[in-house]
Amino acid sequence: MSTTIVYPNATEFDQLIAGDKPVLVDFWAEWCMPCRMLGPVIEQIGEEYSDKVAVAKVNVDEQPALAARYNIQSIPTVIIFNNGNIVDTQIGMHPADVYTRILDTII
Amino acid sequence: MGNRTDIAIIGGGPAGLSAAVNAIARGKSVQLMSAAGNNLEKSENVDNYLGFYKISGTELMNKFEEHAAALGVSAMKGRVSNIMPLGDHFLINFGGEISESTTVILAIGVAKARQIPGEADLLGRGVSYCATCDGMLYRGKKAAVWGMAQDAIEETNFLHGIGVDVTLIARGSRPSELKADIPFISGAVGEIIGEDRVAAVTVGQNTIEVDGVFILRSSIAPSSLVPGLETQDGYIKVTNRMETNIPGLFAAGDCTGTPLQISKATGEGLIAAQQAAKYIDAYQSKLL
Ligand SMILES: Cc1cc2nc3c(=O)[nH]c(=O)nc-3n(C[C@H](O)[C@H](O)[C@H](O)COP(=O)(O)OP(=O)(O)OC[C@H]3O[C@@H](n4cnc5c(N)ncnc54)[C@H](O)[C@@H]3O)c2cc1C
Repeated sequence: MSTTIVYPNATEFDQLIAGDKPVLVDFWAEWCMPCRMLGPVIEQIGEEYSDKVAVAKVNVDEQPALAARYNIQSIPTVIIFNNGNIVDTQIGMHPADVYTRILDTII
Repeated sequence: MGNRTDIAIIGGGPAGLSAAVNAIARGKSVQLMSAAGNNLEKSENVDNYLGFYKISGTELMNKFEEHAAALGVSAMKGRVSNIMPLGDHFLINFGGEISESTTVILAIGVAKARQIPGEADLLGRGVSYCATCDGMLYRGKKAAVWGMAQDAIEETNFLHGIGVDVTLIARGSRPSELKADIPFISGAVGEIIGEDRVAAVTVGQNTIEVDGVFILRSSIAPSSLVPGLETQDGYIKVTNRMETNIPGLFAAGDCTGTPLQISKATGEGLIAAQQAAKYIDAYQSKLL
């Protein structure tokens, strides 16, 4: 497991998105195949952007309140935050550049 | 994760089998994965495949399969639901197992999937193609499964089992394998209704309120299969070397466009396999 990725609970999550770095959050679950296939992509982004972006994973089974707050109806869903606001939501699995292109516009 | 093969071939029709035979001829390791049924089997009489005048589609298909089997390749039966390009290799979701390959050849035939009004707009907002992926998010909620695919019944039973209030919608009469306490509606989903999330589906004159709808077709659109794959009019965009826009990913046969014919499929299968083999050789020499 990569050390650059954080696994926040609800309180830590609020602190994280209120921070000064953009945050990429991957909503996922253990039983979801596409989520597991997206995993290596998220880890790769976590490593490449480690000093510029906070990369977090939220397990929707363990954090149902967070999943409900963001109305997660399909996983994987990746939400990118900047200054506490949602910049972009990507449903489903996508190649790395779909996420990094968005990140590059806000860092 | 499991063993990584050189070439993963998706689809066991004429294009996929030709690719398999030619990949083996180039000394590459191959995994062939295919759902049941292909177009050639539907053809009563094939009149224009060289060397086999007036052969039936089934007979010709059997010959193709025997040829591949003689070289040690036979298709693992099942459906590939996602392929993830990771730069130097691919992850393939084959019936809930992840396998790895350096290259992939798509030989998936044509998908005759017509989109339902509302489907594209509400995708991920109540519309899902995968019960085992998203099912858990509908526990205690109402959902419908709409599908002609063989696994629609299994997926409906699965959703019921995890506590989703699920209804199966399909043409024809109630399937006997469907668990007794699951409601069944005979018909087709006409429209998916909802503002920013699914609220209901229509079947004929009836409107059924649901929180989610799972659409299970036997064929998956190529662009849903591989994220980032470029298509045009539903066909996969390829170069004359059968390369797609994703490095290491090739396509052959009906899925790349007209003419939808066996000779074209087998020819393209050969090109795709040889090109994939070249790609692997170049990749390996870079690593040395
Ligand atoms: C009635 C009829 C008559 C025809 N007659 C002729 C003729 O006389 N001459 C001629 O040249 N052509 C004829 N054709 C066309 C010919 O059958 C096709 O061109 C040929 O089968 C194309 O081969 P293919 O391998 O590209 O696709 P297909 O044969 O369609 O094979 C695709 C395979 O991929 C599998 N697959 C799809 N998606 C997935 C997935 N996600 N995961 C795993 N597996 C998947 C399918 O189950 C299938 O086995 C006829 C077609 C029909 C329907």
